[in-house]
Amino acid sequence: MSALRRWLAGRAAVVGIPYVWLAVFFLLPFLVVAKISVSEMETTTFKDIVAWKDGAIAFSLNFGNYLLLVQDSLYFSTFVSSLKYAAVTTLLCLTIGYPFAYFMARARATLQPALLMLVMLPFWTSFLLRVYAWKALLTEHGLVAEAIEALGLDRALAALGLVPGAGQLMNTPFSLVLGMTYTYLPFMILPLYSNLAKMDLRLLEAASDLGATAWTAFWKITVPLSRAGIVAGAMLVFIPCVGEYVIPELLGGPQTQMIGRTLWDEFFSNNDWPMACAVAVTMVLLVIVPVAVFSRYQAEVQERRT
Amino acid sequence: MSAEAFLQIRNVVKDFDGNRAVDNVSIDIAKGEVFALLGSSGCGKTTLLRMLAGFETPTSGTITLEGRDLAGLPPYARPMNMMFQSYALFPHLTVADNIAFGLKRDGLPAAEIAARVEAMLKLVQLGAYAKRKPHQLSGGQQQRVALARSLAKKPHLLLLDEPLGALDKKLREETQMELANIIEDVGVTCVMVTHDQEEAMTMASRIAVMSQGRFLQVGAPAEIYETPTSRFVADFIGNVNLMDGKLVEDEADHVIVDCGDLRHWVGHGITGTLGMAVTVAVRPEKIRIAAEPPEPEAGVPDAGFNRVQGTVKDMAYFGSFTVYHLQLASGRIVKISQGNTERQSATLTWGDSAWASWSPLSQVVLTQ
Repeated sequence: MSALRRWLAGRAAVVGIPYVWLAVFFLLPFLVVAKISVSEMETTTFKDIVAWKDGAIAFSLNFGNYLLLVQDSLYFSTFVSSLKYAAVTTLLCLTIGYPFAYFMARARATLQPALLMLVMLPFWTSFLLRVYAWKALLTEHGLVAEAIEALGLDRALAALGLVPGAGQLMNTPFSLVLGMTYTYLPFMILPLYSNLAKMDLRLLEAASDLGATAWTAFWKITVPLSRAGIVAGAMLVFIPCVGEYVIPELLGGPQTQMIGRTLWDEFFSNNDWPMACAVAVTMVLLVIVPVAVFSRYQAEVQERRT
Repeated sequence: MSAEAFLQIRNVVKDFDGNRAVDNVSIDIAKGEVFALLGSSGCGKTTLLRMLAGFETPTSGTITLEGRDLAGLPPYARPMNMMFQSYALFPHLTVADNIAFGLKRDGLPAAEIAARVEAMLKLVQLGAYAKRKPHQLSGGQQQRVALARSLAKKPHLLLLDEPLGALDKKLREETQMELANIIEDVGVTCVMVTHDQEEAMTMASRIAVMSQGRFLQVGAPAEIYETPTSRFVADFIGNVNLMDGKLVEDEADHVIVDCGDLRHWVGHGITGTLGMAVTVAVRPEKIRIAAEPPEPEAGVPDAGFNRVQGTVKDMAYFGSFTVYHLQLASGRIVKISQGNTERQSATLTWGDSAWASWSPLSQVVLTQ
């Protein structure tokens, strides 16, 4: 009996630790942030939402910040542009990462650990350094900038409206998306690779036997079967991209307002904590939706396997 | 070999990194035949099948189907379909979509595909499972889906890779007959690969026994079983007593083989020379066992032939038959299988002295 109880207690502890962790380090701070977001600003600091005034407890919830978020087109467009840049980055990572992961998974078994290593190699250098390096590469007379100009690609980018004019690559939507794609590409490749490496290649033989060309077999068999990897990779790229601060700050420009920067501005430039918190809460909610979709999908996959 | 054989395999060789997997194999397979490639793992049977399907390219030699050379034709362009050992069902597609996969590649109209899928589901009795995913089916059902999928395109040639290999014993026996019936109903020409002689015997009209990339013997199941041409084939197919001896008398209507501790009177002539080393093969079920010394067998001149005494060293009761291991004075073990045609017929037991005897028509004399 006591053994059973001990076992149950042990089980509860194992299951409980992540929950406690999340409660203390995510839920609680989030509630604090949520609380601040509905409080009012008083010159330099914000008021508590519960106040003792004239012998009465007064609750004051101020939803003005949220109202402003909806009304002020600046915030709205910031959210939209964040989602847009995150989506574009995710698509680019998928386009570049899928073939990469595919050929890695189909490479000789002896070669695969080395290839995997190469994908992870950038992590050995500070993220900040790597983003700074792009600054140097893309700035006027930078190595990459010169190459792009030599190929005449800057004019094409200008024509597409991604850079303001030929020869101006830095601080543009182009440099922002380039930096984010570069930074997050491994997060797309790794789940895709682990998914594609597990695939049963006999299925492709079966498809071929049934009359499918390699191309058809790829679209009808490989891609649908790697859906879980695609979704995982997309989430790992999309979610951090939405809230990305450092890359837009270093590589982005006036055109590329993103939530991360707005947050920073509200906190540190405007010193408007309630507004900043409202932005943060909205962002969390925006990101939670795709995560929820993802975990539901994962649950489905899990169910299908058992 | 006739020139107009349905499937012609001519001098096919396949080397993998210097190892010869298939060694100069030639065979003609007629339309409607169920041809089995039988051998233990690594004998080259699967490689040969994969060359037929187009997954491997022969190092040399030609494969012709209906007069058309298949060389250079990719798997998807070959008029044949394969049922994979692992089934290789597409896990993300329903049973119906799995069966329809090949038909869609042919660009058939939707109505025709639906009708064909339905017919296939009916053929393998899985109509109620059309909407299920493969993982929701039992092993036997998956096997039937795989069969339906490989038959859906009405292939000219059906390739079966260990069709029952993934099923457990009980299910195997049930499925074996069912599969044989479906193939017969459809009337498709079939090449199958198996390491299971029972599977080959029940399903195939002709069997090729393979070893080290070569065909050792090709023939109907009964032919392979009753008149093996080599020690390997006799030993590989079923149980057998192999007794090495010397040819001591060679007449047109009989030969005598002296094996030291027993002497064989064989009621048919062989091509050989006196004194040559031969092996006599006798199947256990062709030997009778008795407690009392039996009368000399019909056709045998005296009791000195085809009869031997020993003690029962081992016996195993299988229900419908009992296997005895009779140990001779020389130490040789003779395996005997006796049908239990009557209840409580077994009177012999461990340590009993017993006699074994066999007819002069039961042996096969092997010279290789």
